[in-house]
Amino acid sequence: MKGVRLIVTLGGLFVLWQAIVWFSGAPPYLLPGPVDTLRVLFGRAGFITGHAGVTLAEILIGLGLGTVLGIASAVVIALFRPARRWLLPILVTSQAIPVFAIAPLLVLWLGYGMASKVGMATLIIYFPVASSFLDGLRRTDPHWIDLAQTMTGGPKRRPLAVLRYVRMPAALPALASGLRVAAAVAPIGAVVGEWVGSGAGLGYLMLQANARVQIDLMFAALITLAALAVALYFTVDFVLRKAIPWQPDTLPQTNP
Amino acid sequence: MNDMTAAGFTGTRTDVVIDRLSLAFDGVALFDQFSAVFPSGQTTCLLGPSGIGKSTLLRAMAGLVAPDAGRVQGGDGAPLAGRIAYMDQSDLLLPWLSARENVLLGARLRGETPDVAAADRLLARVGLEGHADKRPAALSGGMRQRAALARTLMEDRPVVLMDEPFSAVDALTRFRLQALACEVLAGRTVVLVTHDPQEALRLGHRLLVLTGSPAQLDESPVPHGSPPRAPTGGDFPARYEDLMTRLAVGDAGVPA
Repeated sequence: MKGVRLIVTLGGLFVLWQAIVWFSGAPPYLLPGPVDTLRVLFGRAGFITGHAGVTLAEILIGLGLGTVLGIASAVVIALFRPARRWLLPILVTSQAIPVFAIAPLLVLWLGYGMASKVGMATLIIYFPVASSFLDGLRRTDPHWIDLAQTMTGGPKRRPLAVLRYVRMPAALPALASGLRVAAAVAPIGAVVGEWVGSGAGLGYLMLQANARVQIDLMFAALITLAALAVALYFTVDFVLRKAIPWQPDTLPQTNP
Repeated sequence: MNDMTAAGFTGTRTDVVIDRLSLAFDGVALFDQFSAVFPSGQTTCLLGPSGIGKSTLLRAMAGLVAPDAGRVQGGDGAPLAGRIAYMDQSDLLLPWLSARENVLLGARLRGETPDVAAADRLLARVGLEGHADKRPAALSGGMRQRAALARTLMEDRPVVLMDEPFSAVDALTRFRLQALACEVLAGRTVVLVTHDPQEALRLGHRLLVLTGSPAQLDESPVPHGSPPRAPTGGDFPARYEDLMTRLAVGDAGVPA
């Protein structure tokens, strides 16, 4: 059923696309039709896949680094009161500066290679992960904390154990929300990095194709990027659901 | 150390002494120079209108609220920290842990080696044999309270503080849980906050009614026989009358 729905949706979009091409009478070098685009997509599959692999690697490494850094920051901020005062403003600032604005700097500092794109993706992923996990750590059910205190023999006894066995697991659903957002925005970071300066990746490919008016190639790259982003999101979502089975989904269920 | 599956508590018993306790909540003096003794090995039921401070008193005894003045201590004059197990009206089971792991939570928090066999024995004792691997979501309300009772027993503390532990389950389940609690908590100093006069009359060695602001204690006589008492026959109905009269007097100044 899910597969049918996907095919119908994609088919519908392609028909709409083709209709726009026909009725607008736009020349193929401005708006290529779906058939032309698919021909390029499959005809140069190896070429496009190569660039997609670079972008995917940047996204995944960025996702890993951003997640680790985000979790670590949230834990440190939650554990140490002074850290809250010092690190929280930095956390917010890291998000207040638009990634687009510092992309050229990162390329300047980290070079045209993968590092600057990974840095960009890390930066964009860091905030949703850190802030959502910190939120989760702060909102532990106070009754659970009370229970833990009677067990440990008093408030502020064994805070690390309480963090590990109560606060952190309780915050996992919140962390999962942050990771879902991170998975959705991670491709933005990588592609912006590639636009500013790079020698490989889907963003680079799109920029080059655009400059040479190979709009069909640009569309093919765009579709690949979209597919990559969607696949990444659903993979992350699937893994998180499996990893946090106690979190009930209370939305009314439809037959999948 | 001791066989926890045998009836009764075999550790060192203790009175709970409240010594000139003063405690305000939201600017209202709930307790002013309040003193009481809860005798060791007995179940004392605390009743009174909502908002009188029953739960606050229990939380002060558990060390979860710091009093403005006065002390809560054992009969030996030493603080009660580490000698208390606490049971709330909600089961406070951690949803990501199995029933067994929930029972072992205290040991994990204290960094002790968890005694899995003892946990399983206690789960069997409260009637949860074969359910040890289930998460709370897979258990009924009554079963969850049984698991919470097993967790309380696993702590093996001389003092057990209970805040309306059976208020969230249906009448029949409550009746069974009361008998079970009475059996497994024998020998411990139990302070039971309850809204249910019948529960108090079934389980209490002593009945204390809190009245007024700041609160005063009013003792109501218990029916003949030892708990758990049958709620029919004997002088149970007469004592029920007594208790209801005292509760009505205590409630007179409080709008319904």
